[in-house]
Amino acid sequence: MIEEELPAWSLPADAVEPIAAGWPERVTRDWAWGGATGAGIRVCVLDSGVEAGHPSVGQVQGSVVIEVEDRQVTVTEDEEGDLCGHGTACAGIVRSLAPDCELWSARVLGAGYTGSGDVLLAGLRWAVEQGFDVVNMSLSTTKRRFAATLHELADAAYFKRTTIVASAHNLPVESYPWRFASVISVASHEGRDPFTFYANPEPPVEFFARGVDVEVAWLGGETVVSTGNSFATPHLTGICALIRSKHPELTPFELKSVLYLTASNVAGSG
Amino acid sequence: MSEDLRAAVGAGVLGSEEAYRDLLQSIVEVARAIFGAKASSIFLLDEETDELVFEAVAGVGAGELVGTRLPSSTGIAGWVLVTRQPLVLDDVRSDPRFSRETAEKLGYLPKGIMSVPLLYGEQALGVLQVLDRPERSRFSLREMDLLSIFASQAAIGLHLLRAARLARSVLAEAGGAAAALARLAAVVETLDGERREIAVRLLHEVELLLAGP
Repeated sequence: MIEEELPAWSLPADAVEPIAAGWPERVTRDWAWGGATGAGIRVCVLDSGVEAGHPSVGQVQGSVVIEVEDRQVTVTEDEEGDLCGHGTACAGIVRSLAPDCELWSARVLGAGYTGSGDVLLAGLRWAVEQGFDVVNMSLSTTKRRFAATLHELADAAYFKRTTIVASAHNLPVESYPWRFASVISVASHEGRDPFTFYANPEPPVEFFARGVDVEVAWLGGETVVSTGNSFATPHLTGICALIRSKHPELTPFELKSVLYLTASNVAGSG
Repeated sequence: MSEDLRAAVGAGVLGSEEAYRDLLQSIVEVARAIFGAKASSIFLLDEETDELVFEAVAGVGAGELVGTRLPSSTGIAGWVLVTRQPLVLDDVRSDPRFSRETAEKLGYLPKGIMSVPLLYGEQALGVLQVLDRPERSRFSLREMDLLSIFASQAAIGLHLLRAARLARSVLAEAGGAAAALARLAAVVETLDGERREIAVRLLHEVELLLAGP
């Protein structure tokens, strides 16, 4: 498990310190990310790998492949790139919204289906240990035996200021980690604007972002038009990167609050 | 399990395997028709070899592709299976890797792909794909919902097929005689009218002969 410092269980009266949150009376989009480029923010795309040098992706600061054999986890430099195209698509979307963020790829695909749950867990654990600011997870597992560990990892990330943005499922099945309250879950809306996102008053899906007919980067430097919650997720990841680059002090809880206050359907957002 | 019971179960199992295959075939036929697509297919995950196997195909590739195998965690179907997320792509012809690997197997280059995981409880059993809907300007979430409904049905079909195959292999391991009886019973199940009556009479005679002194 990831080591955490012991929490403060109580607060003596003389230890109360004011927190200079500096939030305006009305949180606007301009306050939240106006002028931001994602600079200084480290984003990890946990997916099928990322094609380095794709025109829509640009520079990838690091690419690793996660493998698990006989319970031994290895994290090595990824020489193969993207095994599907999807990771490249997600990276391209993040880059289009937050052009100056630092992009990392952790490939958790390619070792077969059978061991994929263990690889997913190991990949997320690695990403949390690395202390990325935002982790994009356009994937999920339906296996209950992974749920408890995923939950612990999601909570560990939450308290370490790593925001996990995860794709919600559009099939009526139980899957993880998107259902956990410590992550930001995303499904699709049909609009065209990459900065339009809606807060859902009826969770567990918390936000809707652009995910229909999106032109995305694909293998071989190409682009394709695609649809799925897995493309809505990197849109919100990109917006999170923008907000954190302008307000690096925000915790995942505060970041989610800013997202809520600036959602396109929340009165007073602007 | 007594021999009688095993034979009876075997008859049901062998008959049902074929019926479930028909069900999957029917699902891909309907999916193809509803979406006006060129082809539709269902892949089953073979857990022993960790590969995706074409189990039912409608439209282009029907009759040739069944049994063809693909890696379980690469390409579009592999991504969908492992991540449990549906994926819709248009204009995939521009993807050279996709072209090379899949075109050889399909015999043609699809331009659009709708791919959805087949989930049954905790298990991801396979993938449903619909290739080349008619060209249109927009894809809507309504179509995604429709695809999900087919996926739920196909997942139940795959679950039943797998259960039937498992039962058959258990029977086969349990003894050659039981499996032979099961096959015989399954054949009789397929007969109609007079042929069936003759078969039942014949089997009765065989039974008396074998049970005799």
